[in-house]
Amino acid sequence: MNTPVQGFAGPGTAGPAESGRQADGIRRFATIWSRAVYPTTATSMTRAEFERHLIPLTERLCTALHARPFDPADAREVGSALVAAHCTSPEALPQVLGVVDAYLLLYCSDPQRLPTEEGRARCARLQHAIAAGFARALQERTRVEQESISRAALAAQAEIEKALYESQTRFRTVFEEATLGIGIAAMDGTVLDVNAALTRMFGGNAAVVLDRRVTSWVHPDDAPGVWRKYDELVRGEREHFHTEKAYHRPDGTVLWTNLTVSLLRDPDGTPRYMLALMEDITERRLLHLRLRYEATHDALTDLPNRTLFFERLEQTLSRTEAGARFGLCYLDLDGFKTVNDSLGHSVGDQLLVAVAERLQGCLAGPGQLVARIGGDEFVALVSDPRDRTEVTDLAGRALEALSTPVRVDGKELSVRTSIGIVEGPVAGLTAAEVLRSADITMYRAKAQGGNRYELADPDLDARAISRHSLTNRLPAALEGAEFFIEYQPLVRMADGCVEGAEALVRWDHPRHGVLGPDRFIPLAEHTGLIVPLGRWVLEQAVRQACEWQVRGIGGPRQLRVNVNLSPRQLHHPHLVADTVAVLQNAGLPPESLCLEVTESALIRADDDELKPLRQLAELGVGIALDDFGTGYSNLASLRRLPASTLKLDRSFTQGLQQHPADPVDLRVVEGIVSLAHALELSVTVEGVETASQADQLRTLGCDSAQGWYYARPGPPERFSEQMAVAAGQ
Amino acid sequence: MERPDWAPQGIDLSRPSVSRIYDFYLGGSHNFEVDREAARQAIEAFPGLPKVMQANRAFMRRAVRYAVGDGVTQFLDIGSGIPTFGNVHEVALEADPSSRIVYVDHDPVAVAHSRAVLEGQDRAVVMAGDFRSPQEILESAEVTGHLDLDRPVALLLVALLHFIQDDEDPWKTIAAFRDALPAGSLLVLSHASWEGGPRTSEHGRQIQDVYRTASSQLVMRRRPDVERFFTGFDVVEPGIVSMPDWRPDGPTDQEDPVVYSGFAGVGRKA
Repeated sequence: MNTPVQGFAGPGTAGPAESGRQADGIRRFATIWSRAVYPTTATSMTRAEFERHLIPLTERLCTALHARPFDPADAREVGSALVAAHCTSPEALPQVLGVVDAYLLLYCSDPQRLPTEEGRARCARLQHAIAAGFARALQERTRVEQESISRAALAAQAEIEKALYESQTRFRTVFEEATLGIGIAAMDGTVLDVNAALTRMFGGNAAVVLDRRVTSWVHPDDAPGVWRKYDELVRGEREHFHTEKAYHRPDGTVLWTNLTVSLLRDPDGTPRYMLALMEDITERRLLHLRLRYEATHDALTDLPNRTLFFERLEQTLSRTEAGARFGLCYLDLDGFKTVNDSLGHSVGDQLLVAVAERLQGCLAGPGQLVARIGGDEFVALVSDPRDRTEVTDLAGRALEALSTPVRVDGKELSVRTSIGIVEGPVAGLTAAEVLRSADITMYRAKAQGGNRYELADPDLDARAISRHSLTNRLPAALEGAEFFIEYQPLVRMADGCVEGAEALVRWDHPRHGVLGPDRFIPLAEHTGLIVPLGRWVLEQAVRQACEWQVRGIGGPRQLRVNVNLSPRQLHHPHLVADTVAVLQNAGLPPESLCLEVTESALIRADDDELKPLRQLAELGVGIALDDFGTGYSNLASLRRLPASTLKLDRSFTQGLQQHPADPVDLRVVEGIVSLAHALELSVTVEGVETASQADQLRTLGCDSAQGWYYARPGPPERFSEQMAVAAGQ
Repeated sequence: MERPDWAPQGIDLSRPSVSRIYDFYLGGSHNFEVDREAARQAIEAFPGLPKVMQANRAFMRRAVRYAVGDGVTQFLDIGSGIPTFGNVHEVALEADPSSRIVYVDHDPVAVAHSRAVLEGQDRAVVMAGDFRSPQEILESAEVTGHLDLDRPVALLLVALLHFIQDDEDPWKTIAAFRDALPAGSLLVLSHASWEGGPRTSEHGRQIQDVYRTASSQLVMRRRPDVERFFTGFDVVEPGIVSMPDWRPDGPTDQEDPVVYSGFAGVGRKA
């Protein structure tokens, strides 16, 4: 960098002293030159560096000044070299030329070789050449730099365009390959672009969608407010909205979508496009609807089910407008169980379907609904009845519709139904309360013979409620061991000895105290709970009898136990097997058990129904015909019954309590006893309360008796004590 | 919708570019009229600005030579702009022909231009990158392929940090670079300020206004903020000073007073 000046380089014959003087002149010129020019340059060189940089340039000027022949071309190079040293400012040129003009001859000319006049002329021409060279170089440099920055800008632009193209390609691919339907619409609603997935949703033809207005896709099922949201979005007041939306497809089918519409704005925030993202939920929705239908409809009859009924009932009851009323008919088929049990479930089902159809046919408008809420339980709901008549008319139509027998499998089945109606203002009622009231009222209709409707009545309800609540509590009572058994001795008239006892079930109700069988056995019979309850009684009684026998109570003769059998138990398919199992488990001989069946239950039974009793009788179990004389017994039919004992109803013995006894009663009892004995049946009398009564009955030939005269029903311990006392006597 | 990261930014040639304005200050013609117009306004607002830029270039040259003298021959020049003359690689290779240089700029035009200038030069490479993403720069193929980050590197942030706003936390970014570079690495930094020279904060405010329309905003900082850039570095002699006073090659008595505006310094990671 620091090239020392090697003397005056010009042509001629300068000696060492001369050349030293010239070198000094050149250095001094360069110093002055640098001082003038440096402030106008953009060089990053220091002043000293810049000054050294100017020395070779000064030398060239000096050489050119003295050259013969004179050629100013070299000075052009000096001008161009200054541009290369970043003297690129136009202000630099006057500084450059000014110093050359003023000092070049002074410091760099050799007057011996260059006459002053010629020197001045040459200096002027050198300045012209420097200026020309400077201008040309600056022009050249400017052109080159402009070109290079333009090229750079173009290259950068090209690179960005390539990247943009790639990113657009990527975007396009995302757009096209997306499984979501994507559509872009202008702010006037014209659809501008849709992707393949969206096209497929609409049936595969993009033309169906493109160029259409978004607003032409109004569908009757559009969610309320969705078009208001659309307008808000178009006005730029909303960024997006989401809805489930239906579209008509060209083939007439409906496309259901999960739709999100977003607003796309340009950089200054003006709404530009709408972007729709849609997912085809047609299948999912159909499935959902089907599941919803299945969840709210009864599979057998296709009527609304309990769920839907309660939904609607709650809706109806939740209305708050003044004077809002409702009506409800609760229908229960009378004796449907019998149909199911005797003709089979298939027939039962067909009957239910036919009933459902007929009830459906009774509806008078959209405010009425029929639902099946249980096995043979139907309800009709009237959402907003004009008056009570509208509801009772409906119940009347239902009874009428069911009055024609239903033909199933070639059989004509008569349908009887009991209907409980609740009708009134909705105020403050819950669905459960309404249904319970209707249920109770329905039972009242049933209790009054069935095949009728009854209107809910608060007073009657209250009574029915206790019956109803007892019924409801029965299962829990059986679970919770609230039942217990008392035993009433049966006495042989011939010698006054106890021959056994009748087991009588009691219910120790937590609220109502001890209830007799007349209070709850019919309820248990109705609900079917009699079967497990009866079985429990049988087990207890048999076990008790066994205990007495083991402990030797009753002396050498084995005590017998009498257990009541209800009609439903009688028809139970497992009666024989269960009874045998109970006896075997306890180890009690069949002869020590007597089953009491009411006369009315037995008289109606046909041969098939008597078969189980016959089997039990053949095993040795005694069968007593209970309450004999209360039904209209065909005495002749007694022959075919497997009974071994007649239990004469207490009504016959009441006349014998008087003294003297009613002669007619005496004659009747005498006749029955003789008839029974003729049929090889023993006779037991109930309700014996006095000694004379007992005497007369013995005289009349009765075999055994029970009643307060002998002993009241009591716990098994007391019975054991009594027996022990008797044995001790 | 936010533009995704992988979508490229466009170039807006209608906006003044800080690289091309800088080129104009240095007498170059690598610029367009918008750049020149902005530069003229800036010079009007802060007379003598080109001199300050020259002083900045001179500082950079001396600092590069200092680095080579210190045994650091790898250079990472961020915000390299449009190389006009006296570039880092020229100075460094003159001082030590085994030097390696990576230029980084976020202006695509500057990158394209540098690429053209560096054609045939295998000691220096250029990459598009942003100071604000140190991770991307340090893990780039250019840096990992061209520099040995196990050996000291001179990180050049010359006339760059006044284009990074306070809320972008340049201090934290420098710390990220510092932590990634080995001990012995150098931080070479110059920063615009009206402090140190004859101009006032009013001049500073005016020039900041000019840059408001440019590709990057200018923020002039005061000394304490500049000193904080050297956290974790030992500042070498003569400390953080005006550019002409940083290890001058010769007497500085003839310098235009305006070139004393701003700060320069070199720090060494301990």
